[in-house]
Amino acid sequence: MFYREAGDFKTSYVSDSQTFPIAFDRYCYFVTLFIGVVVLPFVVNDYIVSAILAPFFIYSIAAIGLNILTGYCGQVSLGTGGFMAVGAYSCYKLMTGFPEVSILLHVVMAGAITAIVGAIFGLPSLRIKGFYLAVATLAAQFFLVWLFNKVSWFYNYSASGQISAPERTVLSIPVTGPNVEPWAMYLICFAFAFISAVLARNLTRGSLGRTWMAIRDMDIAAEIIGVNPLRAKLTAFAVSSFFIGVSGALFFAVYLGAAEAGDSFGIQKSFIVLFMIIIGGLGSIFGSFAGAALLVVLPVFLKLLGVDLMGWPTDLVAHIQLVIVGFLIILFLVLEPHGLAQLWRLGKEKLRLWPFPH
Amino acid sequence: MQEVVHTSNAQREIGDVVMAMKHITLRFGGVVAIKDISFDIRAGEIRAIIGPNGAGKSSMLNVISGFYRPQDGEIWFNGQKRRALRPYQVARQGIARTFQNIALFEGMTVLDNVMTGRLTHMNASMFWQAIWQGRAEREEMQNRERAEQVIDFLEIQHIRKTPVARLPYGLKKRVELARALVSEPTLLLLDEPMAGMNVEEKEDMSRFILDVNDEFGTTIALIEHDMGVVMDLSDRVVVMDYGRKIGDGVPSEVRNNQDVIDAYLGVSHD
Repeated sequence: MFYREAGDFKTSYVSDSQTFPIAFDRYCYFVTLFIGVVVLPFVVNDYIVSAILAPFFIYSIAAIGLNILTGYCGQVSLGTGGFMAVGAYSCYKLMTGFPEVSILLHVVMAGAITAIVGAIFGLPSLRIKGFYLAVATLAAQFFLVWLFNKVSWFYNYSASGQISAPERTVLSIPVTGPNVEPWAMYLICFAFAFISAVLARNLTRGSLGRTWMAIRDMDIAAEIIGVNPLRAKLTAFAVSSFFIGVSGALFFAVYLGAAEAGDSFGIQKSFIVLFMIIIGGLGSIFGSFAGAALLVVLPVFLKLLGVDLMGWPTDLVAHIQLVIVGFLIILFLVLEPHGLAQLWRLGKEKLRLWPFPH
Repeated sequence: MQEVVHTSNAQREIGDVVMAMKHITLRFGGVVAIKDISFDIRAGEIRAIIGPNGAGKSSMLNVISGFYRPQDGEIWFNGQKRRALRPYQVARQGIARTFQNIALFEGMTVLDNVMTGRLTHMNASMFWQAIWQGRAEREEMQNRERAEQVIDFLEIQHIRKTPVARLPYGLKKRVELARALVSEPTLLLLDEPMAGMNVEEKEDMSRFILDVNDEFGTTIALIEHDMGVVMDLSDRVVVMDYGRKIGDGVPSEVRNNQDVIDAYLGVSHD
């Protein structure tokens, strides 16, 4: 009933082009933010953070990154895991190489390094499209993981071949290493996800976002209105890789604490993030969050339901989970290619007219 | 931008040569699409290119907008010989165009489509865009204003926020014109702006083309099949047939040219 635009007049282009043009949406957004910042840090426990919230925020950042490349710019990538590994390993090298610099800066720098690597691997996109590009990025995935396993400089010549995050603090509160409080882990993931979402939203609604979408929708027409295709694609690869790198750095430093390229950043990572944006919605920041939420919560929910409640064996539940995810992907690809985000949008359209649909 | 400004109801004033095509020859393998064609486009005029199917009209437009590289000949734009350019570089020189088969960005709204036409006028850095402050926001709002003027002008305000994929054909054509127009081109190329339209839509479109030429002083080169429209709209007409130029002049001249009548307007061959 309150979900209306009526009476909510826009008198400037600034107010018309804001992210949440409908007042009710805006209030919901602020309430969510308030709960996220003020309420949740006091109520979360270790299980909630490490099973749901931390991976949710970290995967959301990766999904935002891939969505910029695939959803907004139309370039399919299967290299997400590899780029996350770049973020993780550059964060590790920075943490161990410059211990006195803030971890926050390290994470951002890791993103920047990944952006450069991503742009380099994006170069073939000028010549090849679709499936072929997907295969080229798949090569990036395998090459990067191989590189991090092969060259021992990347893991500081440690005997195990693993990288493990030393303790680092923000405002003298540990955020990496073994002594991280759940709320601290939650807050740092939340902060990065929130800032990533705002930046990504601003980029995609501005001229750069339009450049990307123009390339996605029709590259010939994009060129005729003055878009340099190489520049547009490379910026998409760079920005996308930046977010993926940040998420990889957080995944390693804050969430896992210790990682090994093949195990933590294998091809499954690439697929999981791709599934997130397909189910969540291509070309939507909200969809990135929705897809990440679904794929993070689903295994936890199934485990609670299957293993703890029904007493089924763990491997059976794991297989059921694969079946459900596969089914969901087919369902969304056939019925709603724009994913949960589009369902959400349609729901809001309906709600605006409710209860008088004509 | 335009050297020649003219009053609204006076006869259109034709200015200096904006673009000159000199001895253009374009081949695809053994097929000669354009054979040694020269013509010019003058400031402020509406220049039509006509000819039967396969005469090479669209190829000509593609040469101008940089999709095809002619094997021979020179293109002069704004008094300078043009080197071989990519299409996006041509766009940045101030040449906008529409396509015969609508080439809009289907996944975006009308407003976003029109705003893409302003991309060449926007150069805030990625950093400012990401935080949506300072230059980026200012630029966005200024260009939004320009976009809204054109949206107003072409009477598509009501569909501003509609995704293009949902629009009917006639409106899509108008949105495409808006996207080309909003970049404030020196030269506007229209590839069959009225193809597939009914009479009413054609009348609307003709009015818009005349208004654009009148209000903004935009030089227009158009390809069209509807002879009535061509004769009414254009100041000068180039007639092509099998890649050759067989006529050039004001509509009344062209209409009485025997070659043109034979090739295009049709005569009984018995």
